[in-house]
Amino acid sequence: MEQLKTIGRELAMGSQGGFGQSKEFLELVKSIGEARSKAEEDRIVLHEIETLKRRISEPDIPKRKMKEFIIRLVYIEMLGHDASFGYIHAVKMTHDDTLLLKRTGYLAVTLFLNDDHDLIILIVNTIQKDLKSDNYLIVCAALNAVCRLINDETIPAVLPQVVDLLNHQKEAVRKKAIMALHRFYHKSPSSVSHLFSNFRKRLCDNDPGVMGATLCPLFDLITVDVNTYKDLVLSFVSILKQVAERRLPKGYDYHQMPAPFIQIRLLKILALLGSGDKLASEKMYTVVGDIFRKCDSTSNIGNAVLYECICCVSSIYPNPKLLEAAAEVISRFLKSDSHNLKYMGIDALGRLIKISPEIAEQHQLAVIDCLEDPDDTLKRKTFELLYKMTKSSNVEVIVDRMIDYMISINDNHYKTYIASRCVELAEQFAPSNHWFIQTMNKVFEHAGDLVNVKVAHNLMRLIAEGFGEDDDAADSQLRSSAVESYLRIIGEPKLPSVFLQVICWVFGEYGTADGKYSASYITGKLCDVAEAYSNDETVKAYAVTALMKIYAFEIASGRKVDMLPECQSLVEELSASHSTDLQQRAYELQAVVSLDAHAVEIIMPLDASCEDIEIDKNLSFLNSYVQQSLENGAQPYIPESERSGTLDISNFRSQDQHEASMHGLKFEAYELPKAPVTSRIPPASVAPSAELVPVPEPSYSRETHQVASVPSISDAGSTEPRLKLDGVRRVVWGKPTYSSPTSSTSNASQSTSNGVTQVDSAANVNSKARKTHDSRKPEAEITPEKQKLAASLFGGPSKTEKRPTSASHKVTKASSHAAEKSQAPKAAVVSNQATLEKINHQPPPDLLDLGEPTVTSSAPSVDPFKQLEGLLDTTQVTSTVNHGAVGATEAPDIMALYVGTPAGGQSSSAENSLPSNSYDINLTSELSNLTSGTTNAGATLPTQFTKGPNPKDALEKDALVRQMGVTPSSQNPNLFSDLLG
Amino acid sequence: MGIRFILMVNKQGQTRLAQYYEYLTLEERRALEGEIVRKCLARNEQQCSFVEHRNYKIVYRRYASLFFLVGVDNDENELAILEFIHLLVETMDRHFGNVCELDIMFHLEKAHFMLEEMVMNGCIVETSKTNILQPIQLMEKSS
Repeated sequence: MEQLKTIGRELAMGSQGGFGQSKEFLELVKSIGEARSKAEEDRIVLHEIETLKRRISEPDIPKRKMKEFIIRLVYIEMLGHDASFGYIHAVKMTHDDTLLLKRTGYLAVTLFLNDDHDLIILIVNTIQKDLKSDNYLIVCAALNAVCRLINDETIPAVLPQVVDLLNHQKEAVRKKAIMALHRFYHKSPSSVSHLFSNFRKRLCDNDPGVMGATLCPLFDLITVDVNTYKDLVLSFVSILKQVAERRLPKGYDYHQMPAPFIQIRLLKILALLGSGDKLASEKMYTVVGDIFRKCDSTSNIGNAVLYECICCVSSIYPNPKLLEAAAEVISRFLKSDSHNLKYMGIDALGRLIKISPEIAEQHQLAVIDCLEDPDDTLKRKTFELLYKMTKSSNVEVIVDRMIDYMISINDNHYKTYIASRCVELAEQFAPSNHWFIQTMNKVFEHAGDLVNVKVAHNLMRLIAEGFGEDDDAADSQLRSSAVESYLRIIGEPKLPSVFLQVICWVFGEYGTADGKYSASYITGKLCDVAEAYSNDETVKAYAVTALMKIYAFEIASGRKVDMLPECQSLVEELSASHSTDLQQRAYELQAVVSLDAHAVEIIMPLDASCEDIEIDKNLSFLNSYVQQSLENGAQPYIPESERSGTLDISNFRSQDQHEASMHGLKFEAYELPKAPVTSRIPPASVAPSAELVPVPEPSYSRETHQVASVPSISDAGSTEPRLKLDGVRRVVWGKPTYSSPTSSTSNASQSTSNGVTQVDSAANVNSKARKTHDSRKPEAEITPEKQKLAASLFGGPSKTEKRPTSASHKVTKASSHAAEKSQAPKAAVVSNQATLEKINHQPPPDLLDLGEPTVTSSAPSVDPFKQLEGLLDTTQVTSTVNHGAVGATEAPDIMALYVGTPAGGQSSSAENSLPSNSYDINLTSELSNLTSGTTNAGATLPTQFTKGPNPKDALEKDALVRQMGVTPSSQNPNLFSDLLG
Repeated sequence: MGIRFILMVNKQGQTRLAQYYEYLTLEERRALEGEIVRKCLARNEQQCSFVEHRNYKIVYRRYASLFFLVGVDNDENELAILEFIHLLVETMDRHFGNVCELDIMFHLEKAHFMLEEMVMNGCIVETSKTNILQPIQLMEKSS
């Protein structure tokens, strides 16, 4: 015990270089780690809160100790308890001069406080000071805090400094300053609206990290206002081209893909800029096509980029070649065994289907597989796709499926969502009134309380108005079928309130309209409803009003009204109700019943719910009454505005407001001085010195001007200078050996000034063209008799011949110039001729495509390590890593091979022979380890495999932890399974 | 906005790291973590690594006993987020060497510092491991 304490102290002083933390902290972490239940964890944390409350306010706490206290506070909040007693200490820590302490302080504050917390004001000053620091790491820490803590009121306090930092010599600072501006833009767009040009400027920063970060704010800006940034299309295209050509530093590579996250962001931006703009889109075709070709389709990240390409292609002006490439990728996704890829495939299909509706048909079986998959995520995505491809021919199948699924789930959020989708589709495509009513009944019955009240009102209106045709017979048929179905449903227990309201209303309006049911029958039912749901005042109100309508119709048609005894008692009960609304309705009913037929007909005309009620706003019908009163000596009414002696109040108030706004504090930054528009830089000088990344950078005044003159830009814009030289900085990424691509890009940049105006002038035309293209109704494409569902989902029985041939033709053509398609064996099961034909036209299955799992399983006798090595050697490391996650079904195979090897030593020696890849191997083994965990029913596994490549490290850690008294608890093996063998 | 939160949770559902990019109160965080952890932990290896939850999506990935959960907006590229998680793990691995749950627990602030370099305002801003780790290494050296 004594010894342990000594070790702990030594560790606290960092003399052993261990974790550098005190025994106390290690104990806390250990006990949290070993907690078996939430209750135990809560107990530990509550105890910790008591300790900290006492200790943290002691005087003269050493700084290192304080830092530990702060991190313990972070733990307390992370585990769901309130640590507000220590916030002030975190705030104080931000004032410390030591970088580590300061940054820890900032971190804690950002984790604890919202940007409107009272303590923030104590930090703003520190932030201001730190932004001026000579140490760029302190500036970075402060900028991190700016991004989390500054709100719209405090923006002016730091804005000037942040703007200055945009030109800081350290790229890390510039990057964070850009993101701070981004944050300000989110908080209060107007506060930085004069600074947007900085984003353009930073886009051509010579550090790719800054450029990459700048894409975030630009994406947001372009989302809001596409047209202002059309001139950047060429810049983005050129950047994307360079990234794809691997001209960024190797550090940005991820699994052999050049800066994939930047590529994805750029593709997102291009999708926005090219949407409905043919000219802009044409500039993107080449680069997007290149990426389609270059992307490594065996790795997750490659597929992520490919998916983004599909999104881009389906957003920009359509290009047949790109669409073909996209369709090919989609079919590969859908045929994959990985659920993740299927999910992406379904999503991508939903995007592409808007442009080429015919591609869905090739994948009908895959789509149905996904629909029937037990995985909810995949199922919902597929419903999303079905929603997009619904037409009147398949609406019944789709909506039925949706309702079945809706009934089966408990998740109210999604239930609401899918219910509204059902309603929407039913309203839009209903094949018959009967079906529509039935569908709505099901939706209301099972999700009634989740459905928006508007939907109920829509349904009532629909029943009242019919489907818009002037076909009275159809309308009344709709109504009687509604009444009939409601009479059937009304017996069910526990109907949702909204649905009951609809039912009561329909009974009141149309219950007796077709003469099929007697008034006493319907009123009896209404009384039952009012009785059964006696807690629901709204339903009761609907029921009473319905009763009144029925009695009124009876009286008006000259029949004698016999009020049922239960009705009478109901009315009596309600006339003494606590609810004044119910009382009033009950009294109204009694009053109406006692009137004569003529009066009733005027008050309650039959089927008049659709009639417009004219409102006489002048109340002219009171004129005679007013006249009479005046004659009797009453004072005439003087409108408020004409009354003498009083000022016009509204005028006065607005003036007051004006004053207030004049004298209020001015938080807005002062505008930049405006230069006269005409003195802009001549365009001729732009081209020769154009940078690799041409980024036109209109200044502030230019921007405003441009906005104002957008409509006339086609003529005015072409003569005006559009580019501003941005210094002399040349952005050159990558090796100097790439000389030929450089020239080509600078060529591209020369045409910027022309291209820009063309884009603007053509934008209108194109968007129009695009619109007509989009609105082209999806042809009702049809396939032969497949599986029943496929047929009903994807179309009817005509045009059988055309589809398969064109599809297979497309496939062969595509395969000739691009990667081979893999053919999932599952597809071959299809008993349909057309599909078989399709398959025959396709190239033989490529096993390597998504195929790591297949490879391993097909050759299980091969030495597993040789095989792993082989995979790694052929730069397939990533796919091996992915395989664990993606091809999860096959993973146990590899695992089994691992387990079969006698000793861990062998595995580590094999893996150590590839030092450069050792990391990936480690992960692979870790992944396979976890899959084995499932096969072995959760038992702890030979953990030495987990630590395969670096047993020494693991042992050291093990020893260290043991030294500190942290022994792995046997009850909680998983926590330590990584660390201890 | 993109990323709304990043969570690390172990197999028992205990939070090991939580970073939110929009403010939620303690109660909201507790409720959210409980709900999504229950959802994600119940899924098996074959199912998608994506779960729809309310009006956003959760992309998750499991490493040994630790789950990484990232909440993203609906228009985010799920596969890319999945790989972002892996990049985060690779980065932590480079720093800690054979990273494990304990490393994150004992060096919670460092794990947060790495995230601070990688994600700002809910956007991925840095993906170069060298750039992510440099400030942290410099800071270690100076203290």
